[in-house]
Order: sequence, then structure tokens, then C-alpha cells
Amino acid sequence: MKTIFERSRSGRRGLLIPPCDVPEVELDSLIPRRFQRGAPPALPEVDQLTAVRHYTALSRRNHGVDSGFYPLGSCTMKYNPKVAEDIARLAGFARLHPLQPAETCQGALALMHDLERYLAEIAGMARVTLQPAAGSHGELLGLMIIKAFMARRGDGERRRVILVPDTSHGTNPASAALAGYRVVQVRSGPDGDVDIEDLAARLGEDTAALMLTNPSTLGLFERRIEAISGLVHRAGGLLYYDGANMNAIMGISRPGDMGFDIVHFNLHKTFATPHGGGGPGSGPVGVVRELVPFLPVPVIEKGPGGYYLDHDRPLSVGKLHAFYGNFGVTVKAYAYIRSMGPDGLRQVSEDAVLSANYLLSLLRGHYDLPFDRPCMHEFVLSARKHKELGVAARDIAKRILDYGFHPPTTYFPLTIAEALMVEPTESESVETLDAFAEAMVQIARDAVTNPEMLRTAPHTTAVRRLDEVAAARNPVLRWKRRDSEKGEGA
Amino acid sequence: MVMLSRLGLDSSSELFRELPSSLRMSRPLALPAALSELELLKTLKALADGNLNLDEHPCFLGAGVYDHYVPSVVDHVLGRSEFYTSYTPYQPEMSQGMLQAIFEYQTLICELTGMEVANASLYDGGSSLAEAALMGCRASGREEVLIARTVNPFYREVVATYLRTAGFAIREIPLDESGAVDLDLLAAAAGSGTAALILQSPNFFGILEDLEAAGNILRRRAPAASFVVSADPISLALLRPPGELGVDIVVGEGQVLGNHPSFGGPLLGIMACTEKLLRRMPGRIVGETTDAEGRRGYVLTIQTREQHIRREKATSNICTNQALNALAAAVYLTVLGKDGLREVAFNCCWKGHYARERFRSLRGFAIPYQGPCFREFVVNCPIPPAELNSALIRDGIIGGYPLARHYPEREELRSAWLLCVTERRTRAEIDRLAEAAAAAAALSPVFPSPEGGTVLENDL
Ligand SMILES: Cc1ncc(COP(=O)(O)O)c(C=O)c1O
Repeated sequence: MKTIFERSRSGRRGLLIPPCDVPEVELDSLIPRRFQRGAPPALPEVDQLTAVRHYTALSRRNHGVDSGFYPLGSCTMKYNPKVAEDIARLAGFARLHPLQPAETCQGALALMHDLERYLAEIAGMARVTLQPAAGSHGELLGLMIIKAFMARRGDGERRRVILVPDTSHGTNPASAALAGYRVVQVRSGPDGDVDIEDLAARLGEDTAALMLTNPSTLGLFERRIEAISGLVHRAGGLLYYDGANMNAIMGISRPGDMGFDIVHFNLHKTFATPHGGGGPGSGPVGVVRELVPFLPVPVIEKGPGGYYLDHDRPLSVGKLHAFYGNFGVTVKAYAYIRSMGPDGLRQVSEDAVLSANYLLSLLRGHYDLPFDRPCMHEFVLSARKHKELGVAARDIAKRILDYGFHPPTTYFPLTIAEALMVEPTESESVETLDAFAEAMVQIARDAVTNPEMLRTAPHTTAVRRLDEVAAARNPVLRWKRRDSEKGEGA
Repeated sequence: MVMLSRLGLDSSSELFRELPSSLRMSRPLALPAALSELELLKTLKALADGNLNLDEHPCFLGAGVYDHYVPSVVDHVLGRSEFYTSYTPYQPEMSQGMLQAIFEYQTLICELTGMEVANASLYDGGSSLAEAALMGCRASGREEVLIARTVNPFYREVVATYLRTAGFAIREIPLDESGAVDLDLLAAAAGSGTAALILQSPNFFGILEDLEAAGNILRRRAPAASFVVSADPISLALLRPPGELGVDIVVGEGQVLGNHPSFGGPLLGIMACTEKLLRRMPGRIVGETTDAEGRRGYVLTIQTREQHIRREKATSNICTNQALNALAAAVYLTVLGKDGLREVAFNCCWKGHYARERFRSLRGFAIPYQGPCFREFVVNCPIPPAELNSALIRDGIIGGYPLARHYPEREELRSAWLLCVTERRTRAEIDRLAEAAAAAAALSPVFPSPEGGTVLENDL
């Protein structure tokens, strides 16, 4: 497909700007020449219809939850209610400036204040901030809070290690390194749970925290979480909850009750805000009472005169977003929680776990199952047997594309060879799950009878398999006019 | 029910049998009861109506978020659910739409900034600046970052928070009387220990920084340091691109490109850099390649920098970013195009200067900084700006941003107001603002008598 630059023709435009109603002074008299650019930037020159057709054509080359099943494990690709989109676009939300005087944005502050409290209740935390723009931003904030708390307690110098399980998501160790910590991995045991002995051996005077996802990234409930919490706390460390998998436990179990001290949420997963093609998300952070003074500024307070933003927090870690995070996303999460209510949220988790167990029951026997335990909202299969036939998890994923489904997450967690991580979510009907299972079973058969067909998949997509190695070896990261096109277009 | 019975289970609570009973909630969550869609809309509409919105009230606030016109086309494209209900394009064959859009976005950002490479977005202008500072520290092996006090104070706070946590030092360089960074103090501060210099242009006061002069000083005194500039993408339609001025990393707030203010988020963190720094750049990057039949296509690339492969050795922890906001920026730049963006920039420039001159001639108001400016400017007010803002709200106008809290050391900013004028503001609105501000000041007991001798309260 052509790029927008290849559709450009000199002199065309897609929009009129109102005529200027103040004097149009010579630019040189306002801005010295040496500050001005020579040639204007080579932006496309297209009429509006050409632009709209271009982006419509692009959208048709993209698969979203609205296009079809999207069981991308760990990402919780559930249905994104349409009404929330309408609500976030209301002028009273979308067309607000973050620095408006508090008396002119009481509705927005009330919404944020209440959402913080809802999330605190769901996770069993004392207080929540909405500032982080994504899950990993929340992780970074959580680690900043740990650091500030321990510095104040007096043992920050010594506690320089963050423990993460070998199954953890890559953002956990990356966030810890960004926060200036040393990362040490803890083994998971043969049942998929954290190996308690290995954990005990690695805990010590230098431990700042253990970061854990529960259910784990294997889709399994960490059964010894209370013991883990005891061990970590006795060693003087804190327990951090990666909330990516909270879709399994809403109204069923709370991280705060499990012993976690800090929690991040992924509103773009659990709370049905759309993933936007890779963002924006939102990664609020909740903390236990002792850590509240360290939350980033500003915090929203309610006084006799209404809601206001409090910047005067001497122990705060500071700020990690220019304003208050992805407000527009939090509006959608608020709408979701209000439309679900307490029973609805619990139902969401029950259904998510039921769907996953159901789908697992259909695939069991056709793919290797590393841990034969009841799964939570997702499960991890291994294609290691297929690999022996010359068909990798990647090939299976590419073949799934031909059926019009988005493939599961592949090659994560890193501890599972040829991993396929499947998360159906609560949104999907039994018919969809059956159809997906049927495709997966057929692919498993084809791996034996026609491995070449899988190795060359996909066959029906807009483009065939793309050469990622070549892309990385010889990076072409922007469009450039070829010599043959000179003189034409922009 | 179908699924439960096929699993041979009686109730869904059996699915949770691995959870210790001590951890199971024995009560329902204490949340408000469920609402139907109709009730939900009413409830949320009431909350939205509890705010003054920028459609109905002319707004003169900037300071990092700007009230530019968002063409209708942008929201319509963003409303294509194939885009907004998808996720990071891990499966390129099924995600060519988003991948190509981001590739085009990267190209547009390179065109605006004059840089060689751009990433697929970061969270916002503030966190992008912090990431750039960290890049500078890693690339130079040095540990002190210089940042001008003319950089947006919210950004400075974000940079300080990131650097403090990562164990790097930060030093602020004061401004001179023109409202730009003091180049002599910069020269004195830069040295062999400098990891990066951070400037913003147009700076927080709307004043253009002399990037060329600052860059020359940095090259001379701290050759290992990275030169980081936070630039406004709309101003770049008129201003010399940082890429021509020896800048190593350009960041900026892309909200101005087709994204609504949305109470400060979602925003769009822009980042572009030299090819040399490519492998140190955080964030997703899209690259061109070919498929098995030789057709052009796009994939996520240079992923060996990233957390899912390198874990604690990754250049950053970014995973979810602001892709849809980057798409908005691409659509915006496409529909406005080469001429349209220039016209928007010219309008901001003309209207900003018109407003500045209007306030210069108002009795009791003064313009402290005379440097060339774009879209924003500082006004010294005869009464505390917060009071002016309250008075203006009664007239249906959202005023400017009071500065004193951020610059306690600056005498001339005690009663200062930062005003912003985009292409959306009309001459009539600017005149109304000036007249209402003058009237409010005249009514105030602290207004200076024509003979002088003011009784100014400290603002905020
Ligand atoms: C288990 C886990 N942790 C953390 C993250 C990071 O969250 P985000 O992408 O919102 O930064 C993810 C996202 O995919 C995840 O699956």
C-alpha cells in the first residue's frame, strides 16, 4: 500500500484555517531570521478525502477486538464498551485544561477522587494515585516509593536488590533497573509457583522488594502467597503487586489481603479501556497506609470548599507525568466500574476464569501443558513437541492468522519453551471459544501432516510473513523519496 | 452454564479452589451498585457538566497543554475501532495499518525536527524529557544533567524525580533578564562532568532560546554531553529545526497535534534523535521490510533494546505507550499538510504578539521579558493573577497561569501571569480578555494609583 507521502501532490490541502483577524506582521519583525527555518517541513499535501481513504484503508489492514477474537495472553483484550468512548469525548471531559482553577473542574476532580477510592477498595489498598500512564510507569513509581520509604526508614543504602521471579514480565526487571536497583531472579518450582526455598535463600539485608504477579504470568494462582509475604516482610522487604492479571480476582481476592504493600493496575486491561493500538493505557498505583506520604504530587483532596489538588507533600517522590496521568482513559475505567457494580466485577472475574478453563479443556491433549493445574484467567501451552516436528510456536501463531483470530502471546514467559499464552477474557461467547479451539486442534494436526504449510503461514493476510531479521539488520525507520520519484509530489 | 457443565462443575466457585480460603473475600466489594447505560450516561454527563469546558469558554492557559483546533477528521479516524481496539502490533501481518501509520508518524516527526530517527511515542513531554536525560547520562558516562530554569517547571519536576531515583545529579541554570537561559551561567556550569544539557524552545515563558549559541557553548565546554531540546512541534513549522543546530535528542509534547487537552492526558511524548543514539533510544520503533513475496511491509524493530528481550539490561521499561495519540498526530499533520501547519503557526505567532502588545499598553500591566516569543508570554499584573482568574471566570473566560509558585527567586514574577494564545482565539476574545482584566484590576483595592506606590499582595 502507498504511504501518505506517495499520495502527496504539491498544492493540495485537507483543511482551511480561518483567516487571521489580527495584523499579519512581517515575521522578521517578530522572530529574528536566524531563528526561522528555511524550507517548510515536507508534510504531505493531500485533499481531505484522500486522507480519509488512506487511513480507512490502513484501518482495514488492522485487527482489533472489534474485528475478531484476540486471546493475547497477559494483555486482557476484552470488549471495550462503546458508551465509554462517548463519555470520554464529552466536552466537559475532553475539552478541559489541566491547569484550570479547581472551582472550574470540580466534576473531573470528583471523578478522579472517586475512582481512586474504587480502585483502593478493589485491591485492598489505603490510597491510590492515577498519575502513571501505563503499567510499567506504575512499576517505576512503585519502586520510587519503595526507595523513598526505605531511605527515610534509614536502610535504603543497604537495600539495593529487587527480586523478580524468572517468569516475570520484562517490564518488572527493566523498571527496577531504571530505578537504580540490582535485579535478582527467583526460580519458579516444578508446579509453577515461586520456589520458596530459592526465595528464602535470596532474601536478605539487601532486599528492597519482591515484585510478583498473582495470578502469575503462567496463569496460576500463587498458592503460597501468604508464606511468601511473611518471608519478604520478615526480611525487611516490601511486596509489590503487578496488577496485569487482576482480571482473575476482582471481588474474589484482594492483593492487600494477600500481604502486598504496593499495587499497580492496568486500566487498559482489567477495566476495559481500549488498548489504542499500543496505548494510551493507564497504570494507577495503590499503596498501604505507611506509604501514602510518598505518593506523587499532586494528590486530590476534598475540603470544605470542594475538591482541590494538594502539591504540598514534603515526603512525596515527586512527579512522573507533567499533569495527572491519562485522565481520558481513567474516565472510561470509571464508567466501566459504575456500570458493572460490585457483583458485575466479580462476575467478570468468574467468567474470565471459566472461559480460560473451558478453552484449556478443549486444547488439553493437543498441546503440551507444562502445569496441569486449574488455571485462572489465562493459561500457557507449550509447542515443544511440535518444535520437534519442525514447527515452532511462531509458525502456529502465524497459521492462526489465517483463521482470522489474533494469536496468543508467544515466547513468554521465558521459562516455558515455545510458549503460547492464551487469555480468552470474559467477553467471548462459547461459540467463539469453540471455533478457536477447533482451529488450534486442526493446526496441531497440520503440524504433523503438513508442517511446510505452517512454516510458510500466513497465507491469507494482507501481507505474507514479514522479514523481521532484515528490518533490524538494515533499519529503514522513515519514508524517504526515491530518486525516481523526485519532482513528483511533495 | 454451558461451559460450567461441560467442565463438570456445579458452580464457578470451584474454579477458585486453589485460593486459600483465608484469602477469599467474604463480602461484596464496597462499590456503588451497577448502572444501566442510560443511568450511566446521565451520571457521567452530570460530572462533565460540573466543569467549564474549552468549547464554551475561551481559554488562555498553556504551560504544557494547548487549546488548538482538532479537525473533525482526526476523531473520525481515531474512532475506527480496528485501530483503537487493537494492541501493540506484535503480529505484523495482522497489524499493518497501525504499523504503517506509526512509520508515517516517525517520518513526520523527523521532518518537523530535522532529526534522523524518531520512536513510536512515549507517555508525555515531561517523561520524554526525563528519558532523554537518562539517555544523555548513559551515552556520556557522566552524571550531572544541566537544565535551564526556563524549562516547564512540571517537566523539571519529572526529570528530577527520574534522575534522583536513578542516582544522577541535576543542576538548574537561571534565566537572564530577557527571559531566556543565562548563557554565561550556562558556560560556567558546563564541564567535563556534564552528561546533558536540557533546554526548551519556545521556553516556558514562550521565549525562543538561542539554541545555536547554547549548543556551541556545550560543544566547547562539555564535548561528551548530549544536547537535549524540548521543542513545540507546531512552532517547528516556522522555526529552525533542532536537527540543523547540532541537537542530539529532541523531545516534545505532541498533544498540540490533534489531541484534545483532556485535563492533561492522554498526551503524546515525542522523541527523535541522531542515528548515533538510535540503539539507546527508549520505546517502540517501526521499520520497513518486505514479506515473503517481496512486498513492502512494516514491523516493530531494533527490539534488542527492549524490556521483553533484554529485561534489566533494556534501554527503558516502556511497553504500552501512546500509539493512538501518535496516530492522531499523523492524521493532524496530514490534513493540515505543509501549508496548513504553517498557517496555524503563523496565526499563533501573530495573535500571541497582538495579545502581548495589547497587555503592554494596559495601565498597570507590564511585559517583563522582551525576547522573541511564540504563542505564550508573561504579563506582570497589578493584582494577583489568581484574583484576575476568578474575576475572569465570572465573565466566562478561563485566564492564564500564575507563575509565582514556580519562581520564588524572581522578583519580576511575583505577580506574573503566563498567557497563551492559539489560532483558536479570536481578536474579539483577546480584546475581551484585556478589557476584563483591566476592569478587574481597576476594581481591586490593591490597584496601583496612577502616581505609583503599589500595594501588591504576594500571589498564591
Ligand atoms: C504481566 C505484565 N506486567 C506488566 C506489563 C506492563 O504494562 P504496560 O504495558 O501497561 O506498561 C504487562 C503488559 O503487557 C504485563 O503483561
